[in-house]
Amino acid sequence: MKLSRRSFFKYMGAGAGGLLAFASVPRLALAAWNEAAFTADALASAIAVRYPGLPIEDSTAVKLKAPAIAENGAVVPVSVSSNLPNVKSISLFVEKNPSPLAASFDLNAQSVADISVRLRMGETSNLVALVEADGKLFRVQQEVKVTIGGCGG
Amino acid sequence: MKIKASAKGDVIKVKMLIGHIMETGRRKDANGKLIPGHYITEVTVVHKDATVFHAQLGPAVSKDPYLAFAFKGGVAGDKITVTWVDNKGETETSESVIR
Amino acid sequence: MKKILLSGMAFTILSTALVGCGAKENFQQLVQTDTEQFRAFFAKRFTGVEFADYSNGVYAIDPDSREQWLEIEEFPPYEFNIDRGKELFETPFVNGKTYGECFPNGGIGIRQNYPQFDAEAKEVVTLELAINRCRTANGEPELNYKSGGLVDISAYMAFTSRDKPFAIGVPNEDAYKAYLAGQKLFYSKHGQLNLACADCHMRASGQRLRADIPGPALGQATGFPVYRSKWEGMGSLHYRYAGCMRDIRAKPFALQSEQFRNLEYFQTIMGNGLTVNGPSARK
Repeated sequence: MKLSRRSFFKYMGAGAGGLLAFASVPRLALAAWNEAAFTADALASAIAVRYPGLPIEDSTAVKLKAPAIAENGAVVPVSVSSNLPNVKSISLFVEKNPSPLAASFDLNAQSVADISVRLRMGETSNLVALVEADGKLFRVQQEVKVTIGGCGG
Repeated sequence: MKIKASAKGDVIKVKMLIGHIMETGRRKDANGKLIPGHYITEVTVVHKDATVFHAQLGPAVSKDPYLAFAFKGGVAGDKITVTWVDNKGETETSESVIR
Repeated sequence: MKKILLSGMAFTILSTALVGCGAKENFQQLVQTDTEQFRAFFAKRFTGVEFADYSNGVYAIDPDSREQWLEIEEFPPYEFNIDRGKELFETPFVNGKTYGECFPNGGIGIRQNYPQFDAEAKEVVTLELAINRCRTANGEPELNYKSGGLVDISAYMAFTSRDKPFAIGVPNEDAYKAYLAGQKLFYSKHGQLNLACADCHMRASGQRLRADIPGPALGQATGFPVYRSKWEGMGSLHYRYAGCMRDIRAKPFALQSEQFRNLEYFQTIMGNGLTVNGPSARK
């Protein structure tokens, strides 16, 4: 089922106002797409836009699972989990990507802090996971090597 | 899109695979012209009128995105609704029953 | 005296049995000997790997790659291809007939019997070739052997045959000749880099070739067609063969050429007893 833009408005708007309605349904209480963060071209600025003013500390309470050497940089399996209480969001940054912010997950009281996604990495880079909880950012990072294989075929 | 939701104790594990090109906007076509970006920006999962998961994605998410997450407060037999929207305003909604 | 007589009789009976079964048994036996030697090579090289795990290619021998592969197989992108393949498979031709009518058991759960030797036509028939012949027999145009609809159908048919052990026979002398041709292709040098399949996938298997680890040749054909991350899509075994040949700077044979069909025949026979696990994900 792939709807056109028009049918999207019809479907989601439900008589209100399209995307605006989508973003402003009160019970969602979640951020809309943070365009400025996703287009920031450096790690520091991407973090600053996504999480303005929040202090960062390295944490062992966050588990990042990613390969040491990516089989294929176009499909790098990544998982983040944490047993920290009150996790509000989890974000993944690929430092050397043209736009470092790759994905950001908004969680709530019902959520279990355990997400998986597959990412594109243009080159060998640090992969940074930030977990937002209680007004702080808990960080874990790891280098993922991206190689050009010999057997392109 | 394909959704697999299963109850493991009091935790509902949800996995999804969304068929989408996830064009980065940085590739060039045969004539050297930039191919415009076309990628999913948001995925929302609703269970019993409550949003249990919201993902913001960028073009660094792989083609045919795979997402997995978990939440509490559901039981087998419950319905979840997954909706994605991309940067061109296209969207898809799909339902799945927790097993 | 009695004892000697009995042994003599037993020997005579045994010899008669061998002769009685004729040529068929002999070819099967010759192939069996090759197969055992082929497996012994890998058993010695990768001592911790169970025979059944060779269906999984390089993921049987490299833990870091395996970890990533398991993550992908958690929800593999080829599930879309299986769905498409099923839909195409079940859609009747213009004449009202279906793919199922071209195959034993309606085409379900039969992947492990391909490639098979057609004694009348004296050639190896792969599943993909059989699918296209089914189309032409029903007045439909042939589909591309590289990727797309035909490969999706093949993926669906493999999926319905998962966990069934490959059981490819060498029924007669013509079949044995095709097998030998495939074997020769596998062991002989090709291209500007002057490499044989065996150079990378036996001698260098498990070692690094630049940034890649060539997978073991044993079981290489069992998981096809594959969704390859590099292709961002599904492709056939012969398309992969062609890519391999380009890598060693050889001019690839045509997809479904006699050469590639014989190679697939040889490779699949070497993996007889391994189970169908196509479609599968590769990097």
